[in-house]
This record gives sequence, structure tokens and C-alpha cells, in this order.
Amino acid sequence: MDISNYLYLSVILFTIGALGVLIRRNAIVIFMCIELMLNASNLALVTFSRINGNLDGQVASFFTMVVAACEVVVGLAIIVTIYRSRRSASVDDASLLKN
Amino acid sequence: MVYLIALPLLSSAILLLLGRIADKWGHLLATLVSASAFGFGVQQFLQMHKQPGSNRAVTQKLFDWISVGTFKVDASLLLDQLSICFVLLITGVGTLIHIYSIAYMSHDKDRRRFFAFLNLFIAAMLLLVLGDSYLNLYVGWEGVGLASYLLIGFWNQNPVYAVAAKKAFVANRVGDLGLSLAIMISFAQFGTASFSGVAAGAPHASSAALTAIGAMLLLAAAGKSAQFPLQSWLGDAMAGPTPVSALIHAATMVTAGVYLITRSNFIFDASSTARMMVIAVGVITLLFGAIVGTAKDDIKKALAASTMSQIGYMILATGLGPVGYAFAILHLLTHGFFKAGMFLGAGSVMHGMDDEVNMRKYGGLAKVMPVTAITFGLGYLAILGVPPFAGFYSKDKIIETAFNSGGSKAIVIGGAALLGAGITAFYMTRVVVLTFAGARRWKSEAHPHESSFLMWAPMVVLAIGSVASGFLLSMGSALVNWLQPVVNASHVASGKELMKPMTVSVLALGVVVLGAGYAIIKYRAVAAEAPEKVSIFTRAARMDLGQDIVNDKVFVKPGFALTAGLVAVDYKVIDGAVRLVGWLINEISDVLRKIQNGYVRSYALMMLIGVFICVLILWMVTA
Repeated sequence: MDISNYLYLSVILFTIGALGVLIRRNAIVIFMCIELMLNASNLALVTFSRINGNLDGQVASFFTMVVAACEVVVGLAIIVTIYRSRRSASVDDASLLKN
Repeated sequence: MVYLIALPLLSSAILLLLGRIADKWGHLLATLVSASAFGFGVQQFLQMHKQPGSNRAVTQKLFDWISVGTFKVDASLLLDQLSICFVLLITGVGTLIHIYSIAYMSHDKDRRRFFAFLNLFIAAMLLLVLGDSYLNLYVGWEGVGLASYLLIGFWNQNPVYAVAAKKAFVANRVGDLGLSLAIMISFAQFGTASFSGVAAGAPHASSAALTAIGAMLLLAAAGKSAQFPLQSWLGDAMAGPTPVSALIHAATMVTAGVYLITRSNFIFDASSTARMMVIAVGVITLLFGAIVGTAKDDIKKALAASTMSQIGYMILATGLGPVGYAFAILHLLTHGFFKAGMFLGAGSVMHGMDDEVNMRKYGGLAKVMPVTAITFGLGYLAILGVPPFAGFYSKDKIIETAFNSGGSKAIVIGGAALLGAGITAFYMTRVVVLTFAGARRWKSEAHPHESSFLMWAPMVVLAIGSVASGFLLSMGSALVNWLQPVVNASHVASGKELMKPMTVSVLALGVVVLGAGYAIIKYRAVAAEAPEKVSIFTRAARMDLGQDIVNDKVFVKPGFALTAGLVAVDYKVIDGAVRLVGWLINEISDVLRKIQNGYVRSYALMMLIGVFICVLILWMVTA
């Protein structure tokens, strides 16, 4: 199987994630789309690592995973707090800084 | 010598700074200071008189004024034969008028301020005639302008008087511009502005530079001495108290222009073009003033027009070259006596008539004010040039010099001067007849009375001067010989005489009798109201020959238009550019603000687009 198919898959996943972030309003769904984009880029990194025959990409994807884990902790905490105070997880409603 | 200037200045400062405390004795201090300055002047004169002619000029250095590299200007004073004449005139007539003012201003609650300004004027005028360079003279020149402004507008609670003061100040500023330009040209040309330095350099300078300096000096003289074309302020300057009109606007300050030209004789001797301009200005003004004087019903304005005309004679004399300077100064001194005397007489009449100035409302005052009438009458005979009164010696000399100035233009100049003498006789007779002779035209509630001793004593002294000064000063050519070292009259080319002195005197007396006779016939009996239906000439003279209309049309209106234009440019172009920048930023902000809509996904989209563009650029650069 051609190795570049992994890259196509990665592009498709990233695009789906980006569209999800732009289109959806539910904070949880946006959050999941961000994770999807991160993982799409992980897949691309690993693929490049494979193509180049070294481990640089693999190492980078580990870093991405660590960052993603931290992000999940902080992000979920924020979302839960917003939901508690506003009874809604819609990002459009959370526009208190405007005006 | 410096005390001559410092004392009046100090007394003026004391009177102004102490305020109401000095109300009780302020006028006495000022008069005393003025009198002591006169005493000092007399002492200096006697001292100078003992010296031989060449040693009489004394210079006294006060301090280094400006010292920048090689550029040096000293503040120093020069007392010579010419300045001592002025010192005696200024302090002498000044003291008399101080005494007169004690009585004249006794009802005014601001008398102290008035005397402070008078002292300021004396100090500035003395500085003007004692400065040894044009720059020192300029300080005094501006000082008398300030004092004149303050005194014309002394009763500035009356807006008309305040406007008159402003008018005088502005007209004087135009002349001052001429003087400052003359100073700058002489600095550029000779590297100095001292009289001796310029006199030394003048023979070697280009004629264009000399003519330029001469023209600028003439402009300065025209401003200060109310000569054509800057004459319009003098009539309105009569808004000031009458002693001021007598001292500043008849005897001393307005003659500063004559002093300036006489002092600059080395410039005018070297430039015949400049001399020709001086003659033209003198002739035009002497006729202009005389014509305006024939139609004025306000006694002070009639006298002001006469002053303008008489100074025209002096300016004319200075334009006639070396031989004329002494006669100009002679006429200046005699005029100082008789005109100051007549102004004080006019003040005395106004004092007795509750400040009424309209001569048509006087009539027959000789009986109730005998001293005023006699002193005024003596001044009148002096200005007419009736022998042996003062004007006969000075004015006839000027007319004679004009006739004998050579060339065909001499007949025009001399004829104009002679005609002026006739018109002078007409309007002065008119003033005397309307005021002192004829039927009583004053209202029943007016109680004209002779003024107090303090007022008539100075008038008597000045009347004696009007009678005797001409004879005394020209006896054995006294003044001519006295001034000879200053004005360099030695190299006078004595050409063929066009007219003998006797002929001129007879001719002048003839036109005087004609003018006076016509005035007596015409004004024997007049109505208390000025007639409405008058000839176009009378109407023109009543409107000062349209001087204000011309000034208004030529200078004031375009000046206002220029200012309005500049304001519009400032508002539309300069302010407009600033406002445009503000407006642009405002508009851009309005557009940019729409991006910040508060939706997270739109921010995310922008980020995505941004990243996309970055990647695209990177790809294009590396590929």
C-alpha cells in the first residue's frame, strides 16, 4: 500500500476537524474536533517519520500527545465551569467580553 | 546728561507704581522733575555756549548695548547744537504744559496717571533727540509713540477716543517700519547705525542705498509727523486732553520727523532723489493740511490740520538741502511756541465752555476771556507771518528758500508754499473770528469765564515766545550759525536769486491779507449750525479730502480680506489635513471593528486563513 495514503487520510481528518471547529457551536464538539486535528497532525508526523526513516516525527508526535493531554485537562475544566454558571455549553453565548 | 532722561522716567515709574497714594502730590513731583530737567538743559546750553563751535558736541557712553563678535552697538548719548535746541523746547514747553495741566486736569480723578504719562513722554522724547545712533533714537521713537497712544486714549472709557488712540498707534507703526528698515539697510551698508558712522560712510555709498535709506527715513518721518500719506491719525488724535494736543501733537512729538531728517542731513545731501521725495511730501502736506483746516468746525481739529500744514513747511525746508535745515528748525521752534500757545488757548476756551469744541457755538468770547483772546491773538499773528512776529522770520525764510532753490521746479514749490500761506491766513482768521469775535452764539446755560492763573500764565509765556522767538533766533543769523557745524551748511552754492527777501515778504504779506480779509468777510456772521448746502470743495475738506475713505478702501478692506483668506486657508487646509487624518482613522476603525464580533469560530476561521496564507507564502518562497 502506498504510504502517501496515510497523508491523504491525515488531510481529510484535519479538514473534518477544522470544519467542525468553524461550524459547530457546542463547546464539547469543538473540543473533540480540536483533538481530531491534533491527531491528524500526529498521523502526518508519524508518516513523515516513516518516509524519512528517522524518529524525529515520532518524538514530535509524543510531544503533541502530552500537550493535548494538558489541553484536555484545562479545556474541560473551563467548559465544565462555563456550563455550571450558564447552563449552556454554546460558545456563541459565552461572548461576555464583547461590548 | 543721563539724568535728563532718567529723572522723568523714574518719576513716571514712581507715580504709576505708587498708585492712589501719590494722588495728592503726584502732579507736583512731575512738574518739579520737568522743571529741573529744563534747568539742567539751560545749564548744559550755557556750558555749550562757552565752547567754540567745533567742540560743542558731547558724547557720553552709557553701556555696551549689543556686543556679538565684531558687531557692536553702544548705548550712548549725543548732546550737540541740534539736540540742545530740542532739549530746551521739550523741557521748556513741557514744563509750561505741566503747570497748565495742574489746573486743566484738576477735576479729573486720574490726574496722577496723566502726569505719569507726561513724564514718560518727556523721558522718551529726550532719549529720541539725545541718542547718538539710529538704534538709540529708535528706542525713544517707540517710547514717544507709546506715550502718545496712552495720552490720546487717556479717556479710554469713551470708545471713540480709544479707537482714535489705536488709529494713531497703527499709523505710527507703519512709519516705524520705515525707520527699522532704514536702520537695517544702514547696518548692511555701513556696518553701524551711529550718526557719525553713517555720516562717514555716506559719501562712499551707492546712490541706490542712500536713496533707499532716505525713502525709509522719510516714511518714518511721515508716520510720526503726520505727513502725507500717513497723515490721517493727527485729526483723531485730538481726542486726547488738550494739554497733550499742545505738547505732543503740536510742539514736540510730531516734529520728530523734522528732527530725523535734519539729523540725517548727510543722507539727504548725498541723494537728490530722496530730497525730491521730501519736498514732494512737504508740499502736498502743507496744502493738504491747509485745505482741511478751512472746513473744520472743531477748534482742536482746525488747529491739528494747521499743525500738519506747518510741519509740511518744515519738511519742505529740510528737503531744500543744506540751506533749508536751519530754517526748518527755526520754524519748528517758533511753531512750538505759537502752536502750543494756541492749543492752550483752545483748551482754556473749552474749559470755560464746558468742553464745547464746536466753534460755531462760540462767538464773541474776547470780552469774557481777555487773556486767552490776547495770547491766542499773538499766536495767530505769529502763524500768519505778520512782521515782526515769530512766523514772519521762519515761514518767510522757508518760502524764500523754496523760490530760490533753483530750476523751474522752484517756482512750483515756492508758489505752493505761498499759496499755503494764504490758505493758512484764511483758516486761522476763520478760527479767531468764529471764536473770539462776532455775536455770542453760546447757549444761555454756558458761563464762559477766564481761566485761573495756573492756566493763563503758561499761555502768556508762550505768547511772549510767539512774539519774540523769531526775532531773537534769527538776529544776526543766530540759529543758522549755531546749527552750522551739525548741518554742514558751509558748501551752499549761492546761485542766482530768483527773488529778493523783500519781494517774498511783500508777496507773503499780500496773500495773508487777502486770505484773512476774505475770512473776515465770510465769517463775520455765521449760524450756530453748520450749513448743509455747501460746495463740493467744502464737503471734501470736511471729509479730510477722503483720507479715511482711501485708507479704508486701499488698506483696511484688503487687509480684512487677506486676514479672512488666511483664516480660511488655516481652517480648510491646515486644520483640514489634521481633520482628514482623524476622519480616515475613524472610517478604517469602523470597518475593522466589524471583525471583532465576539464569535470564537470567526476568530478561528481568521486564524485558519492566516495560517493558510503563511503556508502558501512559505511554499512559494521555498519552491
